Amino acid sequence: MARKDRMSGNEAVAYAIRQINPDVMPAFPITPSTEIPQMVSTYIANGDIDTEFIPVESEHSAMSAAIGSEAAGARTLTATSSAGLAYMWEELLLAASNRMPIALALVNRTLSGPININCDHSDGMGARDTGWIQIYAENNQEAYDNFIQAYPIAEHAGVHLPIMICQDGFITSHAVENIELLEDEDVKGFVGEYEPEEFLLNPGNPIAVGPYSVTNYVMEAKKNQALALEGSKEVILKVAEEFEKVSGRKYGLFEEYRTEDADYIMLIMGSAAGTAKQAVDDLREKGKKVGVVKLRVFRPFPADELADALKNAKAVAIMDRTESYNGNGGPLGSEVTAGLYRNKIMLETVNYIYGLGGRDFTVQEVYDIFAQLEDFIENGNKPEQYQYIGLRK
Amino acid sequence: MSSYNIKEMMSKPERFTAGHRMCAGCGATIGVRAVMRALHEEDHAVIANATGCLEVSSFTYPYTSWEDSYIHNAFENAGATLSGVETAYKVMKKRGKLPENENFKFIAFGGDGGTYDIGFQSLSGAMERGHDMVYVCYDNGAYMNTGIQRSSATPMYADTTTTPSGTCSDGKMQNRKDLASIIADHDVAYVGQSTFTLNFNDLHQKAEKAIYTEGASFLNIMTPCPRGWRYATEDIMEICRLAVETCYWPMFEVDHGKWNLTYEPKKKLPIEDFLRPQGRFKHLFKPGNEHLIEEFQAEVDRRWEDLLYKCNR
Amino acid sequence: MRTDISKINEQTPHQGLTEGMMIFAGGTSKQFETGEWRTRTPILNKDLCRQCMVCSMVCPDSCIPLKDGERVTFDYKHCKGCGICAKACPFDAIDMKEGR
Repeated sequence: MARKDRMSGNEAVAYAIRQINPDVMPAFPITPSTEIPQMVSTYIANGDIDTEFIPVESEHSAMSAAIGSEAAGARTLTATSSAGLAYMWEELLLAASNRMPIALALVNRTLSGPININCDHSDGMGARDTGWIQIYAENNQEAYDNFIQAYPIAEHAGVHLPIMICQDGFITSHAVENIELLEDEDVKGFVGEYEPEEFLLNPGNPIAVGPYSVTNYVMEAKKNQALALEGSKEVILKVAEEFEKVSGRKYGLFEEYRTEDADYIMLIMGSAAGTAKQAVDDLREKGKKVGVVKLRVFRPFPADELADALKNAKAVAIMDRTESYNGNGGPLGSEVTAGLYRNKIMLETVNYIYGLGGRDFTVQEVYDIFAQLEDFIENGNKPEQYQYIGLRK
Repeated sequence: MSSYNIKEMMSKPERFTAGHRMCAGCGATIGVRAVMRALHEEDHAVIANATGCLEVSSFTYPYTSWEDSYIHNAFENAGATLSGVETAYKVMKKRGKLPENENFKFIAFGGDGGTYDIGFQSLSGAMERGHDMVYVCYDNGAYMNTGIQRSSATPMYADTTTTPSGTCSDGKMQNRKDLASIIADHDVAYVGQSTFTLNFNDLHQKAEKAIYTEGASFLNIMTPCPRGWRYATEDIMEICRLAVETCYWPMFEVDHGKWNLTYEPKKKLPIEDFLRPQGRFKHLFKPGNEHLIEEFQAEVDRRWEDLLYKCNR
Repeated sequence: MRTDISKINEQTPHQGLTEGMMIFAGGTSKQFETGEWRTRTPILNKDLCRQCMVCSMVCPDSCIPLKDGERVTFDYKHCKGCGICAKACPFDAIDMKEGR
């Protein structure tokens, strides 16, 4: 049985945490994710859950303690944003290489500088090569649903990798929306108990974690880790199938919205997908064949699946909510086009950078982007291949 | 605390095994063995280790020298890592996920680099939060693993690879940080400072107290490094003796806020006795540098007086 | 999932390495023999030894084990020949000899 409510994205994630009642949560406050540890602390203070909260002195220590706790055999999570995630960076790599299925609620916020508290994806994208699974949400419902799927994915015997459940700072984290919540018992049944086979606190069965490895072991170790991440794709889909049975809500690696006959597709991630869908609905009414692909699973990156989903389009707008400072576009721009090329799908793409530091992304801008793609294909007016949206000039 | 019977102690199964790759004559592992001996045989332990000599040498894949569970995470976070392990233990016990009759103790080892410097914040946080754990610093007074660079634990005037003595330099310019006092000011349950004596009684008692006192404890153990200090490997026990007898390395504890001197030399030896056998202080004995030794002595005296005051008030 | 390290070496294919490079066992380094490093070797003069155990306590390499409450010989498979035991022995019962 589902229950209807109204909640902010942070509340929804905290609610999921309450329902899961994990073992340990080390966390350090940072806007806009601060509410999550606050709410969990309140649940603990009121006896709603008996999770142990560690009020660490920094995000680096939050992830360090999380690794210790997870290795010890406890189901562990943390929450952070922006500089907090950047400060964890070294430990993110270790959580993954040590194969610790930690969950992290990432509330996306821009990275300094200039310092700013609002949304873009530069924090999550900065951690894109740390070996974590990354799942992005469009709205509060998805943030909640993704969090409930986090442990069944991460703790799966073939995966054993940490997982980041991402939502857009303020846009979803602080905006109250309608939401459908699962019953506590359904969540408990779905997530299950954590029963690791090997852990530090297993009396008489010691383990050793984190060795120095000589050169002859390093490539093999990294290959094993990479294989686990690749393999998680199948598990993510299987868990989504199971989740549909309890929730009625369907999830995949990405969502295809009105793309079946689309000539022009916008590929986008996070809350701005809602704006893109609205614009697509408007343009469809005017007879434009446009659609949206909303990427949900950024890591592992579904390059072949995306190439297949885009192959019939004439042109694709690839939307990056981060600046990569590489002179060549954003991370999605690079990775999607690499996937297309490897699959020998030579369609036109334009990489747009939008919404940095919380800059609004409007329906009008989506119209303009589709118009630019159409002008490119129909009239041969080649646009700048890598451009900013909404930049004052 | 149990009475100290050397034969009984040395008959306990070794929890830190041979086959580690620390240098011949390394002080750190002598200290580690002494601390591990203080664990009661029936208790399990989880060891956390900061990156450093000890870590790269005692867990080189697939060889672990630890009979107990062990976790190395990174350089600067042994305190935080072990605080996570200890918290997991608390919650797993509470939730009945661990057998009731099996007990674990939690011990972190870090060199002075991982403890005084890069790991200071993580250590401070873990101590302030009062986790039931012991953090052991094996203090050899420089970043030995990377090749003898100065740390905030390096004594004044020591010649290190980032404070070389030369025509324009007398070695390190600053006095060493008094970390044991700083941790004591965190209001932790127990702090002990020790080094090696012939019967190891002082270190043993402190290690046992640190492990078996509820709450956060800190041990600072001077563990000479023959490579970095430049003395012959076999001389380690004499170097330790001189450090203690000159009051360079006082042996004390702070038990729930109460300062106790655990050893007082009958006759305080001049600091030259400690400095002379070590190559890192060779430049202090050049003609014209007498004032440097005087300054060193003055600082040792000042700290010793300060310690006596704390212990006697 | 307990680890048998005899099956792991620098030529092992990636499938043979442990998950997360963890070792599911304790004390496996005993199989790594550091005795090869030695250039000097401690020799015990049993007649002088008074079983005080100082040598065993000061050994950085856990190479002076006790058997039935007595220190017997050295673990020459691992002893690195640092000479600390010989120097620390209050009864001069240990000599350092050149070579292995």
